[in-house]
Amino acid sequence: MAKLEYAKDGRLLFTKEMRDEGYTILAPNMLPMHFKLFQKAFALHGYNIIPLETMGREIINEGLKNVHNDTCYPALLVIGQLIHALKSGKYDPNKTALMITQTGGGCRASNYIFLLRKALKKSGMENIPVISLNLSGMEKNPGFQLTFSLIKKLVYSIVYGDLLLLLSNQTRPYELVEGDTDRMIEQWVETLSQEYKSAKNVTYRRVKQNLDRILKDFASIPTDRSEEKIRVGIVGEIYVKYSPLGNNNLEEFLRSEDVEVVLPGLMDFVIFKVDNRKVDPTLYGGNHLKHAVASWFENYLIGWEDDMIEAVKKYPQFRPPARFSDTKELVKNYMGYGNKMGEGWLLTGEMLELVHSGCENVVCTQPFGCLPNHVAGKGMIRKIRENNPNANIVAIDYDPGATAINQENRIKLMIANARRMKKLEAKEAQKKSKKAPAKAKKTAKPSAGTK
Amino acid sequence: MSKTVGVDIGSTTAKVVVMEGDDILFQCYERHFSQVRQKTLEIFQRASMILGDEPFTVAISGSAGLGVAKAADVPFVQEVFATSELVRKRIPDADAAIELGGEDAKILFFDRSGRFEERMNGSCAGGTGAFIDQMATLLAVRPGELDALAMDHKFIYTIASRCGVFAKTDIEPLLNQGARKEDIAASIFQAVVDQTISGLAQGRRIQGKVLFLGGPLYFFKSLQQRFVETLHLTPENAVFPSFGLYSVSMGAAIYAMEEGKTMTYAELVGKLEAAKDETVTTLRLEPLFENEAEYDAFLKRHTEADVERANPDEYVGRAYLGIDCGSTTTKLCLMDDDYRLLYSYYNSNKGNPVQVVREQLLKIYELCGDRIVIAGAAVTGYGEDLIKNAFSVDMGLVETMAHLRAARHFNPQVDFVLDIGGQDIKCFKIRNGAIDNIVLNEACSSGCGSFIETFAKSMGYDVASFAKEGLFAKHPVDLGTRCTVFMNSSVKQAQKEGATLGDISAGLSMSVTKNAIYKVIRAVSKDVLGEHIVVQGGTILNDAILRGFEREIGREVIRPSISGLMGAYGAALYAKELGLEQSAMMGVEELKTFKHTSKTVTCGRCNNNCNLTINIFDGNRRFISGNRCEKPLGIKQTRKVPNMFQYKLEKIRALKGVDGGLGKIGIPMGLNMYENIPFWHAFLTRLGFEVVLSDVSTRALYRLGQDTIPSDTACYPAKLMHGHIKNLLDKGITRIFYPCLPYNFDEKVGDNHYNCPVVAYYPELLDANMDDLKAVKFYRGYLGIHRERNFPEKAYEFFKDEFNFPKKLVKQAAKEAYAAYDKWEADIREEGKRTIEYARKNGMKIIVLAGRPYHVDPEINHGLDKLLTSLDLAIVTEDAVAHLGHAGRVKVLNQWTYHARLYNAAQYVTTQKDMELIQIVSFGCGIDAITTDEVRAILEDGGKLYTQLKIDEINNLSAIRIRIRSLLAALAVQDAQQKEKEGTAIHG
Repeated sequence: MAKLEYAKDGRLLFTKEMRDEGYTILAPNMLPMHFKLFQKAFALHGYNIIPLETMGREIINEGLKNVHNDTCYPALLVIGQLIHALKSGKYDPNKTALMITQTGGGCRASNYIFLLRKALKKSGMENIPVISLNLSGMEKNPGFQLTFSLIKKLVYSIVYGDLLLLLSNQTRPYELVEGDTDRMIEQWVETLSQEYKSAKNVTYRRVKQNLDRILKDFASIPTDRSEEKIRVGIVGEIYVKYSPLGNNNLEEFLRSEDVEVVLPGLMDFVIFKVDNRKVDPTLYGGNHLKHAVASWFENYLIGWEDDMIEAVKKYPQFRPPARFSDTKELVKNYMGYGNKMGEGWLLTGEMLELVHSGCENVVCTQPFGCLPNHVAGKGMIRKIRENNPNANIVAIDYDPGATAINQENRIKLMIANARRMKKLEAKEAQKKSKKAPAKAKKTAKPSAGTK
Repeated sequence: MSKTVGVDIGSTTAKVVVMEGDDILFQCYERHFSQVRQKTLEIFQRASMILGDEPFTVAISGSAGLGVAKAADVPFVQEVFATSELVRKRIPDADAAIELGGEDAKILFFDRSGRFEERMNGSCAGGTGAFIDQMATLLAVRPGELDALAMDHKFIYTIASRCGVFAKTDIEPLLNQGARKEDIAASIFQAVVDQTISGLAQGRRIQGKVLFLGGPLYFFKSLQQRFVETLHLTPENAVFPSFGLYSVSMGAAIYAMEEGKTMTYAELVGKLEAAKDETVTTLRLEPLFENEAEYDAFLKRHTEADVERANPDEYVGRAYLGIDCGSTTTKLCLMDDDYRLLYSYYNSNKGNPVQVVREQLLKIYELCGDRIVIAGAAVTGYGEDLIKNAFSVDMGLVETMAHLRAARHFNPQVDFVLDIGGQDIKCFKIRNGAIDNIVLNEACSSGCGSFIETFAKSMGYDVASFAKEGLFAKHPVDLGTRCTVFMNSSVKQAQKEGATLGDISAGLSMSVTKNAIYKVIRAVSKDVLGEHIVVQGGTILNDAILRGFEREIGREVIRPSISGLMGAYGAALYAKELGLEQSAMMGVEELKTFKHTSKTVTCGRCNNNCNLTINIFDGNRRFISGNRCEKPLGIKQTRKVPNMFQYKLEKIRALKGVDGGLGKIGIPMGLNMYENIPFWHAFLTRLGFEVVLSDVSTRALYRLGQDTIPSDTACYPAKLMHGHIKNLLDKGITRIFYPCLPYNFDEKVGDNHYNCPVVAYYPELLDANMDDLKAVKFYRGYLGIHRERNFPEKAYEFFKDEFNFPKKLVKQAAKEAYAAYDKWEADIREEGKRTIEYARKNGMKIIVLAGRPYHVDPEINHGLDKLLTSLDLAIVTEDAVAHLGHAGRVKVLNQWTYHARLYNAAQYVTTQKDMELIQIVSFGCGIDAITTDEVRAILEDGGKLYTQLKIDEINNLSAIRIRIRSLLAALAVQDAQQKEKEGTAIHG
């Protein structure tokens, strides 16, 4: 066990010694594919990070015991999962640290790390250091440094993860041989994991090459796309949006309903958080140096998004992801860019982007009583519908007591609605095509509902 | 034409229709008592003659229908969708349909193009059939009788409409205060209506031709009436179709014609019979008891904590009476000089506790004859004041003290008391002989005991036999630890998976236990609770719950045999200590002729507009309840008690607009405006606007905007903003100023100075949901008052397009605004100083009433400040003393301005002997989940008691009164001990 050292404010530090001793760093998980690559990226820099994949009621119970019950559900889950893991006996308490993200915004989420430390103390484990993962320079640790070299690798991992997510969601519903898509994912995660063993393979050039290779491989999966499935988008608070633990396996449920899931990638959220840095100086005045640094980094990320979009575009069977700037533009009539706590305007933007790109069916997920979502989620649905009558959005709350059956029932209704609208549209189209020969010239204008 | 069949299996009932064309050949509506598959089969067997051998089409719908649909391999159609199918076919010109079911509430809006928009109740919403059933149980009537009662109402009370738990908190005190049952019944139905409108319509107005569907709306005429009145519907636009009960099943039948499966009777019944119940996925728990022997040992251990009984027919001498007039039950104990129990009573107060107590007193007097003299009587519980006044009881005391006294009788070393009653869980620690830390369940987790009762009844059992079913259940279901609405759905899920009644019963008991431990006490380990734990209350009489509790904390506890009577027994012990020769309580003759009538009036002496219940005893003695202050009682307070809530409110309302040539500009007075108004008032006035504030909040003002609220779980202060906007519009205001303010003034004490996300962005939500705002100019852009240097420039840009003010003017206005705010802040601090000095000079205790600036709004605090001053407590606000304290590094991220004040104010209080801090928290304030723990820690580390008052739309202060009185009682004990210590120090 390494020596315990404390910062001036009494915070237990993660020291170089701890890193060198190979401390296991437990972290929560959101997107299994992405996080597996993160893990490898961290490993290249000497950090032994394990994103937890545990599930089950015990995690919720551990959370209930350790966190104020009115705290948001993600905090309860994340902290419950970490404490649960520590208590499992799988990890040596003298050689384990924890890692958790900290956004620094005005949302409760910035407080997770403090609640986690309180929980550790309650459970008599205050000797376990907690590392804050953030881009704001909060809570520095001598044994942990987010260097640009590491950040780059994390960005690559997001690019890979987002692409795999996008392709698998667009392929799986149409595959001819069940399991082809999942096998392809496995294969690529394995290939990438192998590559990540050496830093030489984790470079700009290699990632660019791999994007094409991945696309080619997924395009080779035999599919039948003659009948387009109903597409359902998922947006919401970042954790419950992605984490199967947080959203009762929402993605899996939607798949079982025979729809195509559209899950916006992680990149937009990261760009959003960087973009936010520019907002305050613009709105209220102040530090322009920060503005410049943020702009540079944002452009770097947008560059990657562009690369990915360009790569996907080469394959007409796949729909490329939305451009951040386009999503941002859509929000204009709804709210200001100053709305940035939690998912802020991006949440409204993603709903709009889905609806505008023809994916009119949306599940808006949030933890019960989520503060920013009162405004950016539930608060905007009415207006979105007013401007887009075909928008079919359902807001679902998640919390320790909410049962899957109630959530699924609401989603089923949304899907039933979607099916009905699709049928109506098909009928309309049929009618039109029957009448078409007589009035060919007059109906040349495309109908509003179809893209 | 072939037949088509629709099946609707809801949370409590199963409905089946057989149709041919537009004709209904067969219909059936029955409770299924969770035996879903069997009930469906049974109904089909009854319809066998009608179905015959011909194939028919069939589809299944309903919240509990999915399992059956899978088992029978029949298409499933979502229930709201089924309703929409029916409406489109049967009443194509309908604009909206409201459907209330057992646990669901839905609204469907139709438009002419064939689209519809639907709303279903969220996970936090009652206002449904189950809610009405629960309320009827509370009033001890059948649901049908409740309906009949409501027809004769004269008055409607405000009852919180969010969910059953909230409503109960409102209803019980009304009952105990003697309000008319007819009025309460109608108020219950009104609560359902309000819930539907505010919780479901979510910003879309219900108008045009409206259909009303589902069981409750079919059966309850009063509910129909309340809807029609509230929505202002004309008779031709309010449609209560004869098929209202069967709307979902008929919809399913219609759906079946196109999408259903064609089957014959034999095929369908065969499949249903062969179907197995689904495999278990709900988490299961260990059985409560493995076998009878284990149970017997358990029982034996618990019979040891007993009270001796004496025969009242033989006893001669003095006796002491204790009455506990609780929220749902009334308890009485008659105790002799040797603490033996001569007589006891425990029963539901039947909605009329006065009558119950009168009957009991008569019975007790008869029992006493001339052998036993009642030498003292004391009353406690919710109905304390009412009973004390009605029967001239010698003493009234707060229930926590009564419970502690009784617990001590069983174990003088007791250091933790937990009481689980029908409605509430309360517990407290005892440190140095005083009640140290009282925890009452917040509105959100209460209702546990009576929940089991209602649930048992809905399954056709009484509580005792229902509990028994669970004792030896092999696989109790894990139902989690939240409010009853959630548990209902968890039960549904378990039933779907084939859990037995016993499994559910045991699971419910475990839930109640876990609720108490994790939700209310919030304990991490058993050591937090204490060594000597006494558990009591009617609900813990249930062996399953007691077992669950011991199991969960891993420690044996004491449950007195009179566990349900502890409040009354404690009161009797106090009565004994009075040392009277004879009680002054009402005698037999007077009791015989005793008469009690009550009527309701609205006070109207101040903004609170309390609903007063005037009880008249024997035609001449009056007792007024429901009041917050002394005003309506006609008693003049002998001395002034300072109240800074009042001071701040009056100071804000004194701000007047000045005509400056640019016309009027309206400001909605809520949320952060309570903090920033001096700033904006000065700023806008200088620019040339005449500032107009919206009126002081009232319930009526809230109602004005309630149909535009998109998120029902937001806090009440936020939801009130919709009403304030309406109020401004009604005044004819055409410019409204309400900018987004993510940052507050930087007071340089925390890590940052954020506003919470709701405060920060609510203007955007209003803009997106209130159509009326389109007709006026709404200034909702972003401004940053935290950067004084940049503010003038940014404010100049803010108005540039429209006004192009000279930069110099904006600069000057900003300067004056900051100065006005500084002056305001200084004045608040000065007033704080004055208040403290005055209170000290007059020997009053000082309460720092800490919350958010908007908590001074009387509609938000419901007049709790006046309740405090009526108890002779001087009120100081947190912003008046925060600058005197130094909380230093707190254990959470200290990044919200308002919170930093809380921490510093709490720290300051710990340095002042005669000060206590009470924290006000709005329900739904997620951020306060963080502050409350921290404020508690600061206070407790400094040797102070922590008291939290959670407030919402609930307009009733009974629970708050208990907390405050318990706090005062605890402080009194502490003071006495302190004096004793000082005394011994001097003499020793």
